[in-house]
Amino acid sequence: MAEFSIDRFVELYADRAAGMSASEVRALFAVASRPEIVSFAGGMPYVQALPTGDVLAVVADALDVHGSTILQYAGGQGHLSLRERLIPLMTDEGVDADPEDMVITTGAQQALDLIGKIFIDPGDLIAVEAPAYVGALTAFGAYQPRYLQIDLDEDGMIVDQLEEALVRGERPKFVYTVPNFGNPAGVTLSLPRRHQLVALCREAGIPIIEDNPYGLLRFEGDALPCLRSMDPENVIYLGTVSKTFSPGVRVGWALAEQSVVQRLVLAKEAADLCGSSFTMLVTERYFAGDRWRENLSAFVDLYRSRRDAMLEALPEHFPADTTWTRPAGGFYVWATLPGWVDTQAMLAAAVERRVAYVPGTAFYPDDRGRNQMRLAFCYPTEDRIREGIARLGSLLDDEEQLYRSLHP
Amino acid sequence: MRVAIIAGGRTPERDVSLRSGQRVSHALVEGGHDAWVVDPGEVSLVEALQERAPDACYLTLHGKEGEDGTVQRLLDLLGIPYTGTAPFDCEVAFDKVLAKDALVRAGVRTPEWLVVEGWALRDLGAGAALSQVTDRVGLPCVVKPSRSGSALGVSFVERASDLAAAVMAALSFAGAAIVEAKVEGSEVAVGIVGTPPDAEALPLVEIVAKSGVFDYAARYTAGATEYFAPARVASEIAAACTEQALRATSGLHLRDVARVDAIVDTDGQPWVLEVNVSPGMTDTSLLPMAAHAAGWTLTELCERVLRSSASHAAAP
Repeated sequence: MAEFSIDRFVELYADRAAGMSASEVRALFAVASRPEIVSFAGGMPYVQALPTGDVLAVVADALDVHGSTILQYAGGQGHLSLRERLIPLMTDEGVDADPEDMVITTGAQQALDLIGKIFIDPGDLIAVEAPAYVGALTAFGAYQPRYLQIDLDEDGMIVDQLEEALVRGERPKFVYTVPNFGNPAGVTLSLPRRHQLVALCREAGIPIIEDNPYGLLRFEGDALPCLRSMDPENVIYLGTVSKTFSPGVRVGWALAEQSVVQRLVLAKEAADLCGSSFTMLVTERYFAGDRWRENLSAFVDLYRSRRDAMLEALPEHFPADTTWTRPAGGFYVWATLPGWVDTQAMLAAAVERRVAYVPGTAFYPDDRGRNQMRLAFCYPTEDRIREGIARLGSLLDDEEQLYRSLHP
Repeated sequence: MRVAIIAGGRTPERDVSLRSGQRVSHALVEGGHDAWVVDPGEVSLVEALQERAPDACYLTLHGKEGEDGTVQRLLDLLGIPYTGTAPFDCEVAFDKVLAKDALVRAGVRTPEWLVVEGWALRDLGAGAALSQVTDRVGLPCVVKPSRSGSALGVSFVERASDLAAAVMAALSFAGAAIVEAKVEGSEVAVGIVGTPPDAEALPLVEIVAKSGVFDYAARYTAGATEYFAPARVASEIAAACTEQALRATSGLHLRDVARVDAIVDTDGQPWVLEVNVSPGMTDTSLLPMAAHAAGWTLTELCERVLRSSASHAAAP
């Protein structure tokens, strides 16, 4: 009698690998990327809007300016010329940065992993928003933390909840937040709450991880000061060019105190020695002129129109007792449907009707979010957005009828 | 032989199907065949087949369109021989509403079940009768979409109050839900190669999901499930399973290749849960494991399936 082992190393894997598993939702997303499907699922920047000529020019320019350096290893901290070049992306939001306090990472996603690596021991408590960016939950999840979930409302993280937890004696290793047009909820932390959060964490000696991929994608109103600008010593700031230039170049960064930067650089070198010189220096050239500001402004106009199309279509098609956020920037609307809706169970029917979204459960470390969904408006055109929301609305009508018939 | 492996498609099982197709392709190339994968989710199937004119198609499509007779009818139309069951019989086997009745008519033991139709709920007030479903089928029960594979949309229901949500989840995948009594015991799969009366049953594969539930994650996450091939059951029980599986195969007129999933209850009685006309061929799939236990290479398995299909290719 033979035990047939599919995976001969199954007994050898680390505990942290246990959470990495196949899922129905992933299987459905494999279909959702098909062109006939209006996908509100992926937060993909509309890179088609970037003029090809601009990209070709910066690649040629990178070769001209940097020569063979672009084919060579870089230091673990990333090219100084790039770090200097990225400073204006932060000064626009009030952050005063020194290139020596920056480490270039493979997208901000790698910075999340490195932060997990240097801060989290198994069983450590970390504070996250509820709902939270799913990529942060998976990055941190590999280091086996426990989660303190802080709810969000229209003004971002409800800092009072964090305060209550601290009073109860909870001591998270850090607080992770996406304060501007957050993923997935699309809400922005209000100025009073920024002050409250920064003061609270400063007093408790708990660092804040400020993840800011969307800050420059503001559709209206004035930029709020970044948390980092309010307390540089206690805030680790994460930036990325994924939304201002291209996610394909995989360039992000962390800005932190020297003691943290040194650990991040060591962790980064252990992970991959260094980032890609090629894409780092192409990125350096992209942000060298002023052209990026024009392109960014075109991106912002495009995303604003798409957000408007979605916010106009939602009340027309969604059930009356649905609520959704009204993002002033970024990529996402977060919808909370009537309690009977199970967005995960409904996803297959949605894909069958050629529309996709991300079920809310993906954004909580527990099983919350069943009646919620993230709707990314960044990628489909306005017409497709209206069509997709109409498809979802008609599905929700049918689901409601089905639900009523099952609960006569 | 020049063999086009049809894999991929547009169903949620697309990725699984592509993995199946790639493995079959490698196995056939290893056996000296000219084999290539055609993904109807990426290219026009008809154009691709007319362009390279294969001697036969090996079908590893999973889910709707691949298992419900659609592609089979198209291949009949094009006059290209293919592996597996004929269109009408595919339709019956793939639709659990039809397949359960067909199994019973063939004298196969299958767990008690009831059907909940989406339209009957919406238009005929079937919801009022829902409480009778758990009374009749019993608890715990399993709720499955009538047409779907890889355990997608399947829920296990312990409490009557959870039935409605499970039915809604199943109806997300298909127009009807099957509510089936849950039989406690060991889960086994019987691989079938060939066409009745010459069909051959492979050694049983026993499935032990570490989570206790052989769901989508348990099926496709390496290490989430333990398999024993041959299964750890007494020889007379294995023989009874095989007998039931072959009975299901001939009763449902399956051809060339199939997998019959069953549960051996605590009294040693086998219960057939379902039949699959396009069993998975991935590295975590059951049929290749069964073939391995029989001492066959993957190439041998694929060649036997192809040979079997040649016998009915002449007379579609």
